[in-house]
Amino acid sequence: MITNMKSLINIAVVLVATVALVSCSEQGKPNFQYMPNMYEPVGYETYGEYEVFAGQMEAMLPAEGTIPRGWMPYDYEDTTEGLNLAKAELTNPLEVSLESLAEGKALYDIYCAVCHGTKGDGQGILMQREKILGIPSYADPGRNITEGGVYHVQMYGLNSMGSYASQTNELERWQITQHVMNLKAALKGEPLIAPKVATEETTEQELESMPEEGHGSTEH
Amino acid sequence: MDNNITDRMEKVSYRNLPSKLSLALLALVLTFSISNSAFASTTVLPTQAADTTAGEALFKANCAACHKLGKKATGPALRGVGDKYDREWLYSWIKNSTAMVKSGDAQAVAIYEEYNKSVMTSFPALTNADIDNIIAYTYTQPKTVVLPPTPPGTESSGGGVSNNIILGILSLVFLMLVVILYLVNNTLRNFAKSQGIEVEEKEARTPIWKLFIQNQFLVLVTSILLLLTAGYFGYGYLMQVGVDQGYAPVQPIHYSHRIHAGENQIDCNYCHSSARKSKHSGIPSLNVCMNCHKNIGEVAAETQLQGEQEFGVDYNAEIQKLYKAVGWDEENQAYTGVTEPVKWVRIHNLPDFAYFNHSQHVTVGGIECQKCHGPVEEMEIMSQHSPLTMGWCINCHRETNIKVEGNDYYTKIHDELAKKYGKDKLTAAEMGGLECGKCHY
Repeated sequence: MITNMKSLINIAVVLVATVALVSCSEQGKPNFQYMPNMYEPVGYETYGEYEVFAGQMEAMLPAEGTIPRGWMPYDYEDTTEGLNLAKAELTNPLEVSLESLAEGKALYDIYCAVCHGTKGDGQGILMQREKILGIPSYADPGRNITEGGVYHVQMYGLNSMGSYASQTNELERWQITQHVMNLKAALKGEPLIAPKVATEETTEQELESMPEEGHGSTEH
Repeated sequence: MDNNITDRMEKVSYRNLPSKLSLALLALVLTFSISNSAFASTTVLPTQAADTTAGEALFKANCAACHKLGKKATGPALRGVGDKYDREWLYSWIKNSTAMVKSGDAQAVAIYEEYNKSVMTSFPALTNADIDNIIAYTYTQPKTVVLPPTPPGTESSGGGVSNNIILGILSLVFLMLVVILYLVNNTLRNFAKSQGIEVEEKEARTPIWKLFIQNQFLVLVTSILLLLTAGYFGYGYLMQVGVDQGYAPVQPIHYSHRIHAGENQIDCNYCHSSARKSKHSGIPSLNVCMNCHKNIGEVAAETQLQGEQEFGVDYNAEIQKLYKAVGWDEENQAYTGVTEPVKWVRIHNLPDFAYFNHSQHVTVGGIECQKCHGPVEEMEIMSQHSPLTMGWCINCHRETNIKVEGNDYYTKIHDELAKKYGKDKLTAAEMGGLECGKCHY
């Protein structure tokens, strides 16, 4: 009997110990490392926290007066006058090519389509799920959408829409602009932008790949 | 949507009732909630004879980008706007506000100045009847979703805690059992003694451990087995040092990838835009959050309910944390300029001696984010899916064919390598993806 008791107690001790061990292993802390000084960077790492920086943040805004790579100074102001001026006179310097159109579509689908919809009709998924409301169609008669205007709005945002200047560079914004103008044309049933030097075949392909629906929605 | 909520309410608060009764109750409440919500959405002031449902659709399609009912947004709050302005004035304002400001209408100029000279889009396509409907809609009261009182015991974080409690109770029961057995044994012995019954004492044997030691073969086999097990577990332990698979730290703002990338299907590149063109897949700066959250100040009632019941999170409070960090004054719809850093905890971290480039994999290779990061769109709390060990990298380089389409710069080398290996598709390893210097420098 006594040996029985002892084994029972032993089992109990082991059980409690395992329970304690299992409950101690947690997901909230990183694991040990073999040689931390080989793992940890010597230099300041992206998004690191270091005392030398203001607010201890390595991630900072570019110094004032500097221009990031792939950018050019943008002269139009973030005002209504600036928007109107850009709408009137700013044009797309980018030559139309199949690549730029494809690139523009890919970028548009990432950044714009969640709200504006893949067809530009304002029926993106956030609109359909009623997370964000009141997204107009590009063919809306109350809005005179021009290349310059599209670029300007991506640059600064407009009303509830934010600026996309931090997520795209100048080239990418013009590629998106091309695609937006094509979507608007498709919605209004107007001829699409197509590469100038393209052969007839490629133009047809391009036309076919563009959304077919939404024609004649000008009457909204 | 209302039905869903009441449905869930039902399930929670009447769980203990007999199933038949609760089913009957459920049906009853469902019918009530349907008729209730139908009434709620069509509540119209008696003076309004217009169609609020049509007004709601028009409002959501045209006005909601800049106006909310009860809150200032880009433009003023619109609840009860029909009382503030003359109906005729509203017609002409909505149809062409710019012209009115230009004509010097006092009210028009006043509102234009108040809202930082932002121009309201003209809506020439809306008829007077449409505008009447919209104005009628602005008088409807907000639908209130009643949150069910959280039943005691099932509050907040359910899973982990209750599991621990159950384990604790089990071990307690086990301990009590041991104590009781010991006590019973003692009493029986005392009883036997007092009754004069001789408890049979076993004749003394050589204890088992002595027998074990005397048997040299057994000792040898056992020690070999022990060594092997120790080696196995020791190796396993040493191999997981420095591997953070499953690491899911608590972040300063409870950000749900499940809601953003899963339910709302926002592309990974939307927020992590630098993954397309740089080494790092950047943590989005808060202006990217504000692209949407300038408009979305609170989550839908169902989402809030789900957050509270399933994950123990108040999503609205988390959005307020964002506003505080980015310095957004919701009341005045303006940035205050007072910001504070959000100290996100980095999860995926390669050692300093390994080089990894996101753009090379995302843009050039065309590899899905999920291949390495796992089903992020299902993760309520982000965790590390892959081990990120060298073996794991190498394995993928051996198995994955490189994307040669649309990569003119390397066409020649691709063709020659394909000829050399005698096959159409090249793996990353055959392109030199196993060379030390590719990742270690």
